[in-house]
Amino acid sequence: MAVIVRIPTPLQRLTQGKEEVESRPGTVISLINDLDKRFPGIGERISEGGKIRRFVNIYVNEEDIRFLKAEETEIKDGDEVSIIPAIAGGR
Amino acid sequence: MQSKAQLVVPSHLVSEIISHCRKVYPHEACGILAGKDGVVKKVYKMTNIENSGVSYMMEPSEQFIIMKEMRKEGLDMVALYHSHPHSDAYPSPRDVKLAFYTEPVYVIVSLINEPEIRAFTINEDGVNEVEMKVVLK
Ligand SMILES: [Zn+2]
Repeated sequence: MAVIVRIPTPLQRLTQGKEEVESRPGTVISLINDLDKRFPGIGERISEGGKIRRFVNIYVNEEDIRFLKAEETEIKDGDEVSIIPAIAGGR
Repeated sequence: MQSKAQLVVPSHLVSEIISHCRKVYPHEACGILAGKDGVVKKVYKMTNIENSGVSYMMEPSEQFIIMKEMRKEGLDMVALYHSHPHSDAYPSPRDVKLAFYTEPVYVIVSLINEPEIRAFTINEDGVNEVEMKVVLK
């Protein structure tokens, strides 16, 4: 078993078009670092200075990590992580 | 990647979008248009957590749920819409800056006068208008 990471369409060009990739258990931030090693450039699209960007939402299974332990949220084998850029704008 | 140059929307869904924008006025309304191959099949009215007349952000957990539902139903996010209560139906600098999704068409409804609805792609080629074809049924 592994951790399944769902990649949003805007970032799929960095994962060779893959919608889902696998990663290892650990914290959210360690998962992002692992992804960035394998898919260079993806890390900075998701986080900045170890913090998740304001316009990116991350879910572990059904839970928004902001309501868990944010970047330090633990991810276990079998969990599904979804990376979801916000939809926003104005005027 | 070049998006489709046309967005097809059934007229009753255009009415649904405009009535949502009017209902939320003077705040900005926002929503997702689900469909396939540039044809809109379903309107998801979303909550604007900014409660503002000059900006919007879709409620993240609602967005998460709807995206999952679309995936289950085999529908794509063919367009995103929001209203401009006090300005033209054209993407603002903020709309362009925050257009993380480059595949969907951005539909903007201006409510300055009679509702005006226009559609655009926003991607590395900049802002380009897309023909919106309103069809019966
Ligand atoms: Zn706007």
